[in-house]
Amino acid sequence: MKVLVAVKRVIDYNVKIRVKADNTGVETANVKMSMNPFDEIAVEEAIRMKEKGQATEIIVFSAGPAQCQETIRTALAMGADRGVLVQTDAELQPLAVAKLLKAVVDKEQPGLVIVGKQAIDDDSNQTGQMAAALLGWSQGTFANKLNLADGTAEVKREVDGGLENIKIKLPAVITTDLRLNEPRYASLPNIMKAKKKPIETLAPDALGVDVAPRLKVLKVEEPPKRKAGIKVKTVAELVDKLRNEAGVI
Amino acid sequence: MAILVVAAHDGTAVRANVANAVAAAGQMGSDVAVLVAGSNCGEAAKSAAAIQGVAKVLQAEDAAYANWLAEDIAPLVAKLAPAYSHVVMAADSVGKNLAPRVAALLDVAQISEAIQVVSPDTFVRPIYAGNALATVQTSDKIKVVTIRPTNFKAAPAGGSAPIEQIGGEGAKGLSSYVGAELSKSERPELTSAKIVVSGGRGLGSGENFKILETLADKLGAGLGASRAAVDAGYVPNDYQVGQTGKVVAPDLYIAIGISGAIQHLAGMKDSKTIVAINKDEEAPIFQVADYGIVGDLFQIVPELTAAVEKK
Repeated sequence: MKVLVAVKRVIDYNVKIRVKADNTGVETANVKMSMNPFDEIAVEEAIRMKEKGQATEIIVFSAGPAQCQETIRTALAMGADRGVLVQTDAELQPLAVAKLLKAVVDKEQPGLVIVGKQAIDDDSNQTGQMAAALLGWSQGTFANKLNLADGTAEVKREVDGGLENIKIKLPAVITTDLRLNEPRYASLPNIMKAKKKPIETLAPDALGVDVAPRLKVLKVEEPPKRKAGIKVKTVAELVDKLRNEAGVI
Repeated sequence: MAILVVAAHDGTAVRANVANAVAAAGQMGSDVAVLVAGSNCGEAAKSAAAIQGVAKVLQAEDAAYANWLAEDIAPLVAKLAPAYSHVVMAADSVGKNLAPRVAALLDVAQISEAIQVVSPDTFVRPIYAGNALATVQTSDKIKVVTIRPTNFKAAPAGGSAPIEQIGGEGAKGLSSYVGAELSKSERPELTSAKIVVSGGRGLGSGENFKILETLADKLGAGLGASRAAVDAGYVPNDYQVGQTGKVVAPDLYIAIGISGAIQHLAGMKDSKTIVAINKDEEAPIFQVADYGIVGDLFQIVPELTAAVEKK
């Protein structure tokens, strides 16, 4: 079974972001970019399937500007087999990415698609569910554990009250939660090998997908700042402040 | 035009956050209908009808809807949606799972975790772990929106909307429910608790979380955790507060042994009062805390427990 993994290039999770002065977005020039952490987990899960003999080939999908090649290379260095980049400088929103993903799935015919549950930049948490809907496939979102059986997948999902177990028919779309696995680091020899692995580049037009944004971003602002607080010396002082100043206990 | 709120429920009552979703929907338009889908969901439908501002409850009885599988419920919502201008859900694990599937079936964008309704087509939502706020406008005919419950005051009880029975669609056979492993707790539910006591890596072990439990019980507080504490296995994952866990905004948030990473702050920085207890004076949590105390949590927490008990 082929497995397709979707990865996104985002601002590194450790970076303290800056809102642009003209309120059109967030500063991305000269900022460290990395693979979205949830997508690393998706790549790792696919590689583990290959190591267990459940996956025959791992295809890495990404959509965005030319630099997304680097993100695909990172996944190839971790152990994926080849990449597909849908290259465009247009702003991509989840519905557009889901449509591009569907088009590539139609072409490649994988038995399973794994994506991160959300990207840490737009925080949408939509693409996997949308792709599943467009494909008419089942979905196993917020996966904490994944077991493949014959033609089905058992998914342990992270839900509000704890965990939930579902059984879904393959092909399916899985979205990864943080606790699904611990992604490996790519070794230097594997990084070198990854340079020789193929990446196919496609255009949205060639896939027949209109990627025009449906949501117009009117402005991006900094959230209100919290007023600096005070440090207290003793527990007695803390309790006094909470009772008499803040009135919260 | 009318608005459809999709209500998650436990069989006997709709979730508390449905009242927040109804309030948010009321800001997008009038004539709010609530969909309650499930099997034997009569009681849940009645609880929805009792929320003020609800004009009508649609009760869809079908065994296929018993466990909120998106594959089965999304087609029902998508079938009803064209009669409405908005489909609204709370951004909890049910809403996040379902809303994008509905939106894609309708070929419309979805707006996630709106924190403010500017106008019927314009919403404010946090991005980058809450470090920026984006104002977005949609041109889609049907607006599929999930709202962050902590940002909308719950609509009060006291309504008496009529309940209309609608048919179900049956199961699509793509997925089935096996079972759940839910955390049992006597404490208030994290996202609606007035006080939240949260622990991080500084606790050192799951055993040590007991001192937080004692403090939480004395305060009648919900118990939360940072990702580090969950990953280390101190507490179950549904305790996690942050960008990828739950978003809380209680009156009082007490962060104990939590450094205050960006991802954690995303889930609690709208709390009214924040208290930090940490031995590291430089911990970023002190930059958002109203009251900070630098010291050993193993001394401070029992002292604090004793002090709040005395009253």
